Amino acid sequence: MADLTTKYLDLELASPLVVSPSPLQEEIDHIREMEDSGSAAVVLHSLFEEQINLESQELDRGLFAGTESFAESLNYFPDLADYNLGPEGYLEHIRRAKEAVDIPIIASLNGVSTEGWVRYARDIEDAGADALELNVYYLPTDPRTSGQEVERHYRELVAAVRAQTRIPLAVKLGPYFSSTANMAIQLDEAGADALVLFNRFYQPDFDLESLEVTPSLTLSSSPELLLRLHWVAIIFGYVQADLAVTGGVHSAVDVLKCMMAEARVAMMTSALLKHGIGHLRTVRAELLSWMDEHEYDSIRQIQGSMARRSVATAEAFDRANYMRVLSSYAMRAPGAYRF
Amino acid sequence: MATGTVTIDGNEAAARVAYQTNEVIAIYPITPSSPMGEWADQWSSEGKPNIWGSVPRVIEMQSEGGAAGALHGALQAGSLATTFTASQGLLLMIPNMYKIAGELTSMVIHVAARTLATHALSIFGDQSDVMTARTTGFALLAANSVQEAMDLALVAQASTLEARVPFLHFFDGFRTSHEVAKVEDLSAETIRGMIDLELAREHRRRGLSPDRPVLRGTAQNPDVYFQARESANPYYLACPAIVENAMQRFGQLTGRQYRLFDYVGAPDAERVIVLMGSGAEAAEETVRYLVARGEKIGAVKVHLYRPFSVEHFVQALPPSVRVIAALDRTKEPGSVGEPLYMDVVTALHETLARDGRGVRLGSLPRLIGGRYGLSSKEFTPAMIKVVFDEMDKPEPKNHFTVGIHDDVTHTSLAFDPEFSTEDPKTVRAIFYGLGSDGTVGANKNSIKIIGEDTPNFAQGYFVYDSKKSGSITISHLRFGPRPIRSTYLISRASFVACHQFGFLERFNVLAAAQPGATFLLNSPYGPDEVWDRLPRTVQHQIISKRLRFFVIDAVKVAHEAGMGGRINTVMQTCFFAISGVLPRDEAIAAIKHSIEKSYGKRGEAVVRKNFAAVDSTLDHLYEVKVPSAVTSDFDIAPPVPAAAPDFVQKVTARIIAGDGDALPVSALPPDGTFATATAQWEKRNIALEIPAWDEDLCIQCGKCVLVCPHSVIRAKIYDPTQLQGAPETFKSSAARWKDFKTMRYTLQVAPEDCTGCALCVEVCPARSKSEVKHKAINMVPQLPLRDQERRNWDFFLKLPEFDSSALSLGLVKDVQLLQPLFEFSGACAGCGETPYIKLMTQLFGDRTLIANATGCSSIYGGNLPTTPYTTNVQGRGPAWSNSLFEDNAEFGLGMRLALNKQAEYARELLARLAAQIGDELAASLSTADQSTESGIAAQRARVEELKAKLTAIETPEARDLLALADSLVRKDVWIVGGDGWAYDIGYGGLDHVLASGENVNVLVLDTEVYSNTGGQMSKATPRGAVAKFAAGGKNRPKKDLALMAMAYGNVYVARVAMGGSDTQTIKAFREAEAYNGPSLIIAYSHCIAHGYDMVHGIDQQKNAVLSGYWPLFRFNPELAAEGKNPMQLDSRAPSLPLEKYIYNETRYTMLAHSNPAAAKKLLELAEEDVRNRWQLYENWAAQTPVGAAKE
Repeated sequence: MADLTTKYLDLELASPLVVSPSPLQEEIDHIREMEDSGSAAVVLHSLFEEQINLESQELDRGLFAGTESFAESLNYFPDLADYNLGPEGYLEHIRRAKEAVDIPIIASLNGVSTEGWVRYARDIEDAGADALELNVYYLPTDPRTSGQEVERHYRELVAAVRAQTRIPLAVKLGPYFSSTANMAIQLDEAGADALVLFNRFYQPDFDLESLEVTPSLTLSSSPELLLRLHWVAIIFGYVQADLAVTGGVHSAVDVLKCMMAEARVAMMTSALLKHGIGHLRTVRAELLSWMDEHEYDSIRQIQGSMARRSVATAEAFDRANYMRVLSSYAMRAPGAYRF
Repeated sequence: MATGTVTIDGNEAAARVAYQTNEVIAIYPITPSSPMGEWADQWSSEGKPNIWGSVPRVIEMQSEGGAAGALHGALQAGSLATTFTASQGLLLMIPNMYKIAGELTSMVIHVAARTLATHALSIFGDQSDVMTARTTGFALLAANSVQEAMDLALVAQASTLEARVPFLHFFDGFRTSHEVAKVEDLSAETIRGMIDLELAREHRRRGLSPDRPVLRGTAQNPDVYFQARESANPYYLACPAIVENAMQRFGQLTGRQYRLFDYVGAPDAERVIVLMGSGAEAAEETVRYLVARGEKIGAVKVHLYRPFSVEHFVQALPPSVRVIAALDRTKEPGSVGEPLYMDVVTALHETLARDGRGVRLGSLPRLIGGRYGLSSKEFTPAMIKVVFDEMDKPEPKNHFTVGIHDDVTHTSLAFDPEFSTEDPKTVRAIFYGLGSDGTVGANKNSIKIIGEDTPNFAQGYFVYDSKKSGSITISHLRFGPRPIRSTYLISRASFVACHQFGFLERFNVLAAAQPGATFLLNSPYGPDEVWDRLPRTVQHQIISKRLRFFVIDAVKVAHEAGMGGRINTVMQTCFFAISGVLPRDEAIAAIKHSIEKSYGKRGEAVVRKNFAAVDSTLDHLYEVKVPSAVTSDFDIAPPVPAAAPDFVQKVTARIIAGDGDALPVSALPPDGTFATATAQWEKRNIALEIPAWDEDLCIQCGKCVLVCPHSVIRAKIYDPTQLQGAPETFKSSAARWKDFKTMRYTLQVAPEDCTGCALCVEVCPARSKSEVKHKAINMVPQLPLRDQERRNWDFFLKLPEFDSSALSLGLVKDVQLLQPLFEFSGACAGCGETPYIKLMTQLFGDRTLIANATGCSSIYGGNLPTTPYTTNVQGRGPAWSNSLFEDNAEFGLGMRLALNKQAEYARELLARLAAQIGDELAASLSTADQSTESGIAAQRARVEELKAKLTAIETPEARDLLALADSLVRKDVWIVGGDGWAYDIGYGGLDHVLASGENVNVLVLDTEVYSNTGGQMSKATPRGAVAKFAAGGKNRPKKDLALMAMAYGNVYVARVAMGGSDTQTIKAFREAEAYNGPSLIIAYSHCIAHGYDMVHGIDQQKNAVLSGYWPLFRFNPELAAEGKNPMQLDSRAPSLPLEKYIYNETRYTMLAHSNPAAAKKLLELAEEDVRNRWQLYENWAAQTPVGAAKE
C-alpha cells in the first residue's frame, strides 16, 4: 500500500485529505467521524470577529429596547450570568475537539480589526489548536481603496499575527489579486507557513419575487479545482510556505491533481456536505487504488510532479484560457509555435 | 453580599433580606413590587444560598391569590416562606392572610405600598392597600426609606419567628421601592445574628407531617369559635415588645437603632405630626430645619403600626405636646377619619380615660387628621410646614388634605411652594431624557458611581411617562456630604440637563433651575448658533437666573461612536465633567468601569463603542457665551391646539403640559368618567421620520393602513369634487376599485401622531421598477414635512367617510377605508397588539362595549391624559372600561347580561306600548334582522322614529322605553386582554364565560409574556424562550388555550396573526362577531418584550406561521351545525425551520448564547411541539364532520 503521509504546517499527516471549514465541524461527533473516515486533519469552522461583534450589538439592542421608559416595565429580560459573547465558545470547541480526536485540529479565524485578529489568534493558540488558518476575507467595496492598500492590509495582518504567536499559520486567500503569485510571496515573507488557495465567498443573489438581495453560497464542483491547480502550480517554488488547495476537491482524481501541482494537502467540504462524511473513505480508497495501479509509492513522490517547474511546457500555465482552448493541441508538443 | 455601603433601590434592599431568610418564595408580578420577586428569581437561578446555605425555591404563580395559597401551604408544611406584592395583589392575598394569621404562622409579606384601583387605577404609591390588610391579624411594620426597607425587613423576619404573628412589612411604592440610595448593607453575619435558628426550627416543627400528624383548619361552631379566636390574644399582646427587642438587637449589631415609634424634633415640642412611610423622611427633614429655627415641633415616625402599642405611642410623644396631627396616606370615604388618625385618637382617649389624665401628657392634646400623598402625590416640606402652621391656629382644620387644591369640599391647606428645606451642600440635578436614549440607565450608574466612589450620600429618583412610545423620563439626582431625607422631587436644581433639544418647545425644562445653576443641552446647534434656536422662555430663564450654559451635539458624538441614538454615556460624561463631583480623570475611569460592569457581559464590541463615546465627548462640549437679551420670536408651543374642546383645553392640556398637580378638585370628574376622542389633541411629534406616500406606485392594497399600530396612516376614497380647497401638496390618485373608478383615493399620514415605527413601509408590497428600495411609502424626515402634512391631515379628516355598506368587508383593501375608532394611543412604536384593536373598532366600533383587562391594553387604552378610543361622525364609538386584571371575562359577561336584559325589557315595553307607537313599528323593532351593517342602520332609524313617538307619550313605561330605546340596536361586547390575563390570572373566569354560551367576543392579545409589568413568564410563553422566572428558557410548552376552548364545541375559536394572513384575520373577526355565542380570538402580537426591532414584527408573524409555530385556523361551531367540520386550517404545513423564526428574537438567542446546550435541547423539544400540534390540527381539519355540541 502506498504511503499517503504528507507534511503540512509542520504537522505530520497520515494523508493529504483534510476537511476544510464547514458547519459540520460545529459538532464534535462529526469531527470524530471525520477522523474515523480518514481525514488527516480538520480545519474548524471560522471564528468570525464580525459575527461576535454583531451578536454582541444585537443582544445589546434587544436587551436595551424599551427599557427605563415606562414605570411598570423598566426592563424585559432577566439578567443572565453570561452570554458567551466572546471567543470562549469557540475556544472551548477547540479544547473539546482536541480531546475527542488524535488528528491535528486547525482553527480558522476571520477577524475585523488587527487587534481582534491578534487577540483571537493568541486565544486560539492558548486553547491548544495545532495550527491556525487565517480566513482573510476583506472585501474592498470602497472604490478609493487601491490594490496596494489591500495587499498591505493582508501583509500587515499576517505579520502582526505572526509576531504575536508561535502557532503554525496558514493564510487562506481569495483569487482576486492583481498578481496572485506576488501576493503569495508577500504573505510568505510576512510569516505565513502555508497558503490555502482559494477561498470561496458568499455572493449576493437577487430574489426576483421579493426584490431583495439575498446571500448565497453554492457547493463547489470539480471544475472549480482548475483555478486552484493553476495557481498552486505557478506559485510552487517561489515560496517557503506549504501550499494547500481548497475548493473543487471532490474525488481521488482531484486530490491527485492537487498533489501533482504540489499542494501538501487537498481540502474537502462540499463533497462531504453532498455525500456525507463517509465520502472520505471512498476518496482514500480510490486514491490508494489509483496509486497502486499507477505504481506510485508515496504521495511525496507525486507532490509537485506537475508544478510549473516540473512540466515540460511551463508556458501552459502562463497562457490565458482563451488561447489554450484555441490551440490546445499545439500546446501539447514542445516547441509549439507562439503568438 | 458584602458589608459596607451599597447603592440600591428599596425593592432590592428588602428582597436581599427576604431572600436570605426564606426557603420558599411564591410570587406574582405587580407594580411596583415586581422587582423584588425578580431579584429573588435571579439570585435563585444563580444559585445564591440563604443563611442556611440552601438556595430558596422561587415560583411564579398564576395570581396573587395563587401565590398566597401556595405560601399558606408551604408554611403549613413547615417552610419559611415569603412573597412580595402590592395593591390589588395584596387584596387577593387577604383571604389567606386571615388564615395565616389565625393559625399564628410566622412569615413576612413585603409590600411596595400602592394605590388601590377605585375611580381609576394607579400604579403609584400610597398606603391604601396595606390599610385594607390591617384587619387580617398581620402585624404591619412600616419602613420609611431604602435603608429602612432593608433593616426593617430583617426586624420583621426576626420578630415573626418569635411572635408567631405574621408580618406585613411595607414601604411606599416608587418613592421608596424605586428610589436608588446609598445605604449600609447588612452582612450575612448580621442577618444570622438576628434570626434565631431555634425559632426557625420550631417553625418547621409546627409544620404538618404524617410522622406527627395534627389537623389544622377545622370548622368551629358557635360554642367555641369565639373563645378560640380570643385565645390568640397573648401573642398580639407580646408582639410589640418582641419587635422592640428585635430593634434593640438590631441596633447593637448595626448601630442603627429603631423604635416602634421614633420621635424626632424638639424635646419641648407643642405641635407633633404622626405619620409613616416615606413622608416621614421629608417630615424629619422639615422638623429639623424648623426646630433649628426655633420652632417647637416634632414628628412621630410610626414603624410598628399593628399591633398598635398605645403605651409605646404615648411614650414617644413629648409631654409638652399641645396639638397632634395624624397624617394618613390613604382615604377611607365615609369613615370618621383615616386609620392612623383614628388610632391616634383612640390611643390618646384610652390613655386619658384610663389614667384620668395622661401619665405624661398634661391634658388631651388637640387631635386633627389629614390626608396627603395619594397615588405618589408629592409630599414636600412646604406641605409639611403648612400642617404645622395649621396646628398653630386656634381652630385648626380637621380632616384636611394637603398637597392639592380642594375647591369642592374645601379640605385642603394652601401651602407656599417657595418654602424649601433643601440642604445647600446637597447637589441637585435634573435630567430630561427619552426612554430610548438611555438617560435613566446612565443616571442610575452615575448615582452608583457617586455613592460608591465618593464619600457622598446619594439619591436617585426617576419619573416616567404615561406613554410607552416616545416616553419622556425625568431623573432627579441628589448627592452631598450629609444624609439625604428629601423624599420628594427636586424643585430647585443646581444642574439641569436636557437630553433632547425638542423638549425645549414642549415644556419648561428650566422651571426648576435655581439662580446660578448649570444648564447642559444636547443640541444639534453649536455654541455660536444655539441661542437663536431657543424659545423665549428658555432664553429668558437663562438670562434672568444667570445660568451657565453648555451645549454638546451628543447625537453626533454617539452616532460616530456607533451608539445610534443612545446618548447616555455622552451626556453622563458631560455631567461629571461639568459638575466636578470627581476629578475628570477619575470620573472617566469610573464611568468606564461602570460601562464594563453594565455591558461587559454583552460583549467587547458594546463596551468599546461606549468607551469611544466617552473618549470623544469632552472635545465636543462647549460653554455658550450667554447674550444679554432675549431675542427669540417663538416660545413654548401650547400643549393642545386651539380647536380642542373645553375640557381638553382646561384640564387635559394642563396634564399634558406637566401641570396636572395644579388642577383643583373641581376639574376632575368624581366618578372617573372621561370623554373619549381626546388623543387627537395631544400632538406629540415624536417621530424623527414619517412615511411619505408615492401615489404613482401605490396599489392601494391597504396593508399599511391595516398594520399601523397608531392609526396614523389612513385611506379614503371620495368624489373628486371633494378635492376643492385641498392644500397644494395634498396628494390623490384614481381609486383602484372597479366599482368606484371615478373616485379619488388618498393615503394620508398624521405627521404629529406618527411614532416613526416604519411597520407600514416594511409591509408595503409595491416597489419601484427602476429602484427597488423605493416603495409606495418611504420614511422621510418629519420636521420639513410637519406643517405641510398637518394641513393635509386636517383636510383629509374633513373628507367624508365612505359608506361602509358599499364595501366588501372581507377584503383588506376595503376594510382600510373604514374609520378606526382607536387612534394615537401611547402604545410602543411598532406595537403588535394595537392593529387588532384598531381593526375591531373599524369593523364594529360603533356598537361595541369593551371590557379591558388590566395590562398594556388598559394602559395605552385608558391612561391619562388622553384617550385613544374615539367616535365617528354620528358620535358613536367604543365605550370602554377596565375593571381589574383577574375579572375581565366576568366583567364583560356582566356587560352582555345587562345589554341583553335591557333589550329584553325594551322589547317587553314595546309589546306593552305597541298600540301607542304602532304595531308595525313595535314588531319590526322587536324582530329586526341586524346581521348586516344595513340591517343595523335600518334599526337605528326605527329607534329614532320610536324615540320621536315616545316623547309624546307621558307614561312611566314610555319614559323607561325612551331611556332604553338604544338597547334595541345590536351591541357587541368585546372582552380584551393579554395572555397574562387570559392564560393565567383570569383563566378561571374566562373558562366560565366561554362555557356560559353568552354572546361575547374575547380578544386575547398574545404577546406570550407579561409585557406591561416587564416580561415575566406566563403560561403563554413558548418553550425555549427566556423570560423573567424562566431565566433558563421555559422548559414547558405553551398552553394551548385554543384547544381548551374548542373542547367545549360551542365556542367559536380562531388563531390569527395579521402578518401571517391579514385576510384570515379579518375573516376571523367578522365570524367571531357574527357568531351568536362565545367567541375567542387568539392574536399573535409581536412585542418589544421579544427583543428585536419591531419594524420586523409583521415579518416575524409571518415566520411564526410559516414555521408552523403559529398555525392559523378557525373553529366555527356553526359549520358543525351545518354538518361540516368546524375546524378549518388556514395556514400551510410548516415550511420554515423553527430556528429561522425564533433566532431572530433576543428572548431565544440570549439562551443560545448563554447556554447553547440547553437552547439546543429546548429547540428540539419546541420543534416536536410544533410537529405534534400541527399533526393534531391537520388531522382534525381533515376529518369528516365530528358534530360539535349544539346549543
